[in-house]
Amino acid sequence: MTNTIIWTIAIITVLGVVLALVLFLVAKKFRVEEDPRIDEVEKVMPGANCGGCGFAGCRAFAEAAVKAPNLDNNFCPVGGNDVMAKVAAILGYEVAAKAPQVAVVRCNGTCEARPRVNEYDGFSSCFVKATLYTGDTGCSFGCLGCGDCVGACQFGALSMDPATGLPVVDESKCTACGACVKACPKRIIELRPKGPRGMREYVSCLNKDKGPVAKKACANACIGCGICAKTCTHDAITVEGNIAYIDPAKCKLCRECEAMCPTGAIHGVGFPKPLDKDAVKARIADRKKKAAEAAAAAKAAETVKKED
Amino acid sequence: MGKRTFSLGGVHPHDNKISRECRIEPLPLAPAVYISVAQHIGAPSVPCVAVGDKVKVGQVIAEPGGFVSAFIHSSVSGTVKSIGPRADLAGRPFTHIEIAVEGDEWLEEIDRSDTLVTKIPEDNKAIIEKIRRGGVVGLGGATFPTHVKLSPPPGSKCERVIINGCECEPYLTSDFRTLLEKGEQVVVGAAILRQVMGNVPCTIAIEENKPEAIAHIREVIAKLGFEGIEVMVMKMMYPQGGEKQLIDAVMHRQVGSGALPISVGAVVQNVATALAVYDAVQKNKPIIDNSVTVTGECFPRQANLLVRVGTPLRYIIDHLGGVPADAAKVISGGPMMGRAVANLDAATVKGTGALLFLTEKQTRRAPETNCIRCGKCADACPMGLEPFLLQKLARAKDTEALEANAAQDCIECGCCLYSCPAHIPLLDHIRVGKGFVMSAIRARAAAAKAAAEAAKK
Repeated sequence: MTNTIIWTIAIITVLGVVLALVLFLVAKKFRVEEDPRIDEVEKVMPGANCGGCGFAGCRAFAEAAVKAPNLDNNFCPVGGNDVMAKVAAILGYEVAAKAPQVAVVRCNGTCEARPRVNEYDGFSSCFVKATLYTGDTGCSFGCLGCGDCVGACQFGALSMDPATGLPVVDESKCTACGACVKACPKRIIELRPKGPRGMREYVSCLNKDKGPVAKKACANACIGCGICAKTCTHDAITVEGNIAYIDPAKCKLCRECEAMCPTGAIHGVGFPKPLDKDAVKARIADRKKKAAEAAAAAKAAETVKKED
Repeated sequence: MGKRTFSLGGVHPHDNKISRECRIEPLPLAPAVYISVAQHIGAPSVPCVAVGDKVKVGQVIAEPGGFVSAFIHSSVSGTVKSIGPRADLAGRPFTHIEIAVEGDEWLEEIDRSDTLVTKIPEDNKAIIEKIRRGGVVGLGGATFPTHVKLSPPPGSKCERVIINGCECEPYLTSDFRTLLEKGEQVVVGAAILRQVMGNVPCTIAIEENKPEAIAHIREVIAKLGFEGIEVMVMKMMYPQGGEKQLIDAVMHRQVGSGALPISVGAVVQNVATALAVYDAVQKNKPIIDNSVTVTGECFPRQANLLVRVGTPLRYIIDHLGGVPADAAKVISGGPMMGRAVANLDAATVKGTGALLFLTEKQTRRAPETNCIRCGKCADACPMGLEPFLLQKLARAKDTEALEANAAQDCIECGCCLYSCPAHIPLLDHIRVGKGFVMSAIRARAAAAKAAAEAAKK
C-alpha cells in the first residue's frame, strides 16, 4: 500500500518536473518580443473599446500609437486631451491639445413642426426604414426616429425624446466617439467642438429641398434664405444647396444669425441667458443704419471733393 | 397530363380576385401626367424634349441611357411643362417629365383600329428593333427591357418561350382580364415572340383559378391556327409567376444561382408584355398605357382600368370615389410583393399593375415574438433558402456569411414572412441583407474591371 503511494508521488513529481521543463523551453523558443510600451499605453486608455478612434479597440489603438511616428493621426476621443497627454508622456511624443467635441443632432423636425404624412409599420430600425423609403414625414432628410443612434451609443449619452421624436444628447456622457454618426442612415448627427464653456451655435437642419418645399414639410426647416449668411459679420456661415452651415472655427457666438433666422432652424446651446431676439435685431438694425449713414457721408464727401 | 407546379416551397394565400368580373375600361385623361425616366431596370433614360415642346401621343420623349435601358414615349398629347425631380412611390426624387394634356392627338403611324393583324413580319431583327423602339419592358413587375431578353448572348439557345399568365398574386386581375378581352392579341404576341426566338415551342401558363381564360385562349389558338402554341394549366400556388419557379413548373428545369433563364433554354414573358409586343410590332403602338387593377375589400368600386403611363395615383383613386375611410394602407402591386405607397402624388409607371387598399385589420403586423424553430419559413421558401438564418445574419451585418448562404437568390416573394407563426419580420431583414451582398458583388465586379484595365495599360 505505502509502496503504491510512494510510487504515485514520485511519478507525478517527475512528470511535473519534465513537463515544466518542456513548457519552459517552448516558452523560451517561441517567445514573442513585444514592445512593453503597448501594455503601458493600453493601461492608460479608457478601455471602452468603442472604436471611436478608428481602431478595433483600445489595444489596437495602443499598438498603432506605438508604431506611429507621431500622434497626429491617433486620437482617443473618449479619453480626450488627458489620456493623450499620458500616452504622449509614455511614448515621448508631443501632442497638441484638441478642442473637445460633442455629438450634435442636426434636425429639429419635432412631431409638432413636422407632421407625419404616413405611418411606418415595418421593423423599427432607421436603417431598415431608410432602405424602404424616405420616411414618414414630408422631409426626406430628417430624423427617422427609430433610435438607431441610441442603440449605437455605448455610453448612454443618447435618448429619444418622446415629445419631439428626436434624439437628445447628454453632453456630460457624450465622448464624441462617433458611433452615432456612423449609425444614422440620414447622417444628421455631426461632431462639433463643444465650444467655450459649452456654448455653440449650429444649424439644426439638413433639408436640401427648395425653401417652399422644405417649409411645407417642416415648420422648423432651414429654407436656405441666406439671411443668416448676410447677417454674419464673421464670415462664418455658408449657404450651399439650400442649406446653411456655421463653421465652428469662425463663429464668434454673437447669436445674431439665431435671432434673424425666420424659421428658428439655428440653435444656440449652453448660453447663460436666453436669447433676447428683439434686442439683437435692434442692434443689427442700428449697425446697418450707422453703416448706411457712414456710406452716405462718405459719398457726400466724395461728391464735395469732386466739385472742388 | 396532370396540372403542374414548381417543386420547392410556396404558399397558398386566398386568391381574393374580387375584381375578376370588372372589364378593362379606359380612364379619362388626367389634366397632367408625370412620366418618370427611370421606370425600368437598367440605366435611366435621357429626356430628349425641352420645356415648352408640343408632343403627341406615342412620341419619344426620352432615349435609352445605355444598352439595358428603354425608350419612353409621351402617353398624352400636350405641352412639356417641366423636367425635374419629383417624388416616386417611396418619396425618393427621380427625374419626371411633366406634360400638360391638351386634346388627344396620336402620332399618325400608330394604327388605332381594332382590326387584328395576324400576319407576322418575317425579319426577326426588324421585329426586335420595333420592340426596342416601342419601349417594351417586362410588365410582370421587374420591368426588364424586353429587347435585351430577346437578344440572348451568343452560345445560348432558347428552347421554349413561356408566356406567364399565372397571376399568382392575390387580388390582381389585370392579366386575367387581358387574356379574356385581348386574347387574340396576346396569342399573336406569343407567336411573334416564338418566331423571334427561332420558332421554338411556346407555352401559355395559366393557373387553374382562371378557367374562363384557359378556355378562351384555347379557343383563340384553334381559331387563329397558330402552330406550336399550347396552353398549360397550372396548379394554384404562390409564387408560381416568379420566373425561376415558372420554368421549374413548366419545363422541370432549375435555373442556377445567379444564372439567367436562357441558361436552361427558357424565355419567360408576361401576358401584358406579349400584348405590348403585339402593339409595338403590328400596330406601331409603343407602351403608353397599361391595365391597372384597383381593388380591396374596403374599396367601394373595384375596377380594371386602362391607365396612361404617368397618371398621378391620386387622380385614379379620385376617379373611383377617393380613398375609403377605413383604408389603412395603399399598396402598389399585390399584397405579397407590392410596395406600400408613401406618396399618393406619385405617378404610374409602365410596371404599375395594381392599387390595393387594405384595412387596419388586414394589414397591421402582429408583434414580433421569439423564433420557435418550426422551420415553416424554410419549407415555404421557393428558392430553397433558410430565411431564419439569413435574417439573423442580416441583423449581424455579416455580408460574407450572407453570400455563402445565397441571400442574393432571394426573390423577395414574402412566403417566409407569410408563413412565420412568430411574426418575425424576416423579409425586412433579408432584403437589407440582400442589399449588402449585392453591393459587395458590385464592388468586386468594379474592382475586377479596374484591375483588368490597369493590367491592360
